[in-house]
Amino acid sequence: MSGPSTYEPKSGFTRWLDKRLPIIRLGYDSFVAYPTPRNLNYWWTFGAMLSLCLIVQIVTGVVLAMHYVPHINLAFSSVQRIDRDVPFGWLIQNIHSVGASMFFLAVYIHMFRGLYYGSYKAPRELLWILGCVIYLLMVGTAFLGYTLPWGQMSFWGATVITNLLGALPVIGESIRNWLMGGFSVDQPTINRFFSLHYLLPFVIAGVVALHVWALHESGQNNPTGVEVKSKADTVPFTPHATMKDLFATTLFIMLFAVFVFYMPDALGHADNYIPANPLQTPPEIVPEWYLLPFYAILRAFDFNIGPIDSKLAGVLAMFAAIGVLFVLPWLDTSKVRSMRYRPAARQFFLVFAVVCFGLGWCGGQNPGNILAKSGDFTATLTWIQGGQVATQPIEAQSAAQWEEAARAAEQGAQGAAMMAVTRSGATTGTLRAVSGGSPQTRTVRAATTDELETEISAVKAEVGSAAPFFTVERYTPFTFTVTRLAQVLTLYYFLFFLIILPLLGLRETPGRVPDTIAKPVGDGQTQGAA
Amino acid sequence: MAGAASSAHEVGETRRDFIFIAGGAVAAVGAAATVWPFIDQMNPAADTRALSTTEVDLTAIEPGQQIKVMWQGKPVFVRHRTPTEVADAQRDDYASLKDPQIDADRIKQEDGQAGRPEWLVLQASCTHLGCIPTFAEGAYHGWFCPCHGSVYDTSGRIRSGPAPKNLYPAPYVFTGANAIRIG
Repeated sequence: MSGPSTYEPKSGFTRWLDKRLPIIRLGYDSFVAYPTPRNLNYWWTFGAMLSLCLIVQIVTGVVLAMHYVPHINLAFSSVQRIDRDVPFGWLIQNIHSVGASMFFLAVYIHMFRGLYYGSYKAPRELLWILGCVIYLLMVGTAFLGYTLPWGQMSFWGATVITNLLGALPVIGESIRNWLMGGFSVDQPTINRFFSLHYLLPFVIAGVVALHVWALHESGQNNPTGVEVKSKADTVPFTPHATMKDLFATTLFIMLFAVFVFYMPDALGHADNYIPANPLQTPPEIVPEWYLLPFYAILRAFDFNIGPIDSKLAGVLAMFAAIGVLFVLPWLDTSKVRSMRYRPAARQFFLVFAVVCFGLGWCGGQNPGNILAKSGDFTATLTWIQGGQVATQPIEAQSAAQWEEAARAAEQGAQGAAMMAVTRSGATTGTLRAVSGGSPQTRTVRAATTDELETEISAVKAEVGSAAPFFTVERYTPFTFTVTRLAQVLTLYYFLFFLIILPLLGLRETPGRVPDTIAKPVGDGQTQGAA
Repeated sequence: MAGAASSAHEVGETRRDFIFIAGGAVAAVGAAATVWPFIDQMNPAADTRALSTTEVDLTAIEPGQQIKVMWQGKPVFVRHRTPTEVADAQRDDYASLKDPQIDADRIKQEDGQAGRPEWLVLQASCTHLGCIPTFAEGAYHGWFCPCHGSVYDTSGRIRSGPAPKNLYPAPYVFTGANAIRIG
């Protein structure tokens, strides 16, 4: 793509240097003369912002490490000290914590851009996979970093995530203890998390270098998804792309600054300002916003799949949600790159984007919350007011014959208005039968099961000893909970990658690419302004 | 010499191939032996493992009280149950339970001997999402998890709410009339 180098050293020193270490040539070829498609839109400017984010996180992080203490008793207060006492510590700490959110904001837009315009398709499969590796490393680094302030969310987030690994069969427990360096999240954990949190950004920087290298080898995709055909289709990276990236990045920095200066804590959880306490769990444990969709997928599995229990299924699904991105270049069978010319795929993509937001929303909600239900929870209580109670012991030959003995006793008490069997031991119990009195019923309704139980208890307390016992028939309406919604959304997430994209590529009729795009523009006469 | 070499070529293997394979195998074993200390260093250290048991003196716990002790960095409930609480727990052995278990099994010591009904030693994490239930609350006066409303009885069995399992017993043995060792 880059073609032969057009760099010509001007001065004696640069000529001398170029013979020994052609580093200026490398920079010139990569960021000045490098040809970029002339039709790139603003969705192509997020790479520049991401580079900036990585640099910002590394610079602020290195500085914070000069003041931070990775110790269970000192970590929380050392972060407070950075915020209050260290000169400009408040600024640097805010930039670092807000920076994580901005990093993920930019990376998600960057990834959706790649998905929409088919930037993962040949010859850019490796470019895309390297991007997925970077994303995975980012998730790991962010998780490790969130543990370090040692607030309640830090501690319990780390506990929940390390416990997830414990769900793996056989080796899970050993891996978990290996990761934590003990039997719970403790001093060894915070120490190693700090070490790894310092290391991983440099690994990311290395993979970013590979990512940029791969990009410059295959050349950039563009909104039409049609490969550039001649030099006339491209413009030099500098000044065209540089200036455009600079402008977009400036807007991005403004948004960044609004968060840093006016609402540094808006994207975090208030509970992380409570020091970690292993003896008390926060009312709800949620990750940072950028991991909520995966948290929703994790929690969507509240049922066992054959031999795989629900917890493990959730863990596997969560990792599969990222894993599926790695094989995406081979799942999408369409020859057409850009969804601009794939009308059907575009509709599915829009739904997919909404699904991702929906999963994020579900991840932040209490999973049991009821979104819709077919009716109220109702219970009908039946009792006998003022009857005669006859108590009769039941004795079974063995525990296995209990059911039989109980049924026999019930048969014997035929004629009673109501009866109840209470089992008190493996083979013993009592049968209470009521005769006479007046049968009563009452129905209570409530919006949730908990409220229903409260209502039932209230009725029982009201009737009191006037009734020896009650029979309660509960009616549970069909409910649509946050978990159900998350299940539907998770299903679509995987359907999109595993079924829709592979089938659609084979069946759809792509839109027609206009001749002005499909054919080379010739000598560029019509592109006067460029 | 030339003849020996050509005959070796005929069977497709040479002494050099053997040396390559043997050398590669030794290098692989060496690499594994070098990497292992760097992996193993992350496992729980000797001082951490030394804390893997906790001794508890029971004399200070009055009937109806519970203490939380740390075992392996995690809290454990040691509950001195009143006769009423014990009776409640045993009465419900055959009630309709989500995770059926009789009280006698839940107080059993690690070595398989029967426990003492008044002492209940349980891991203090809700089996739903690991929150720590509060003491003597909920309809069964056992424990109540404030996170998502799981209710446990005086034997620590799940009675209502989202938790799938009973509170896990902590492995313990009586080391004296009034002392236990957890772990």
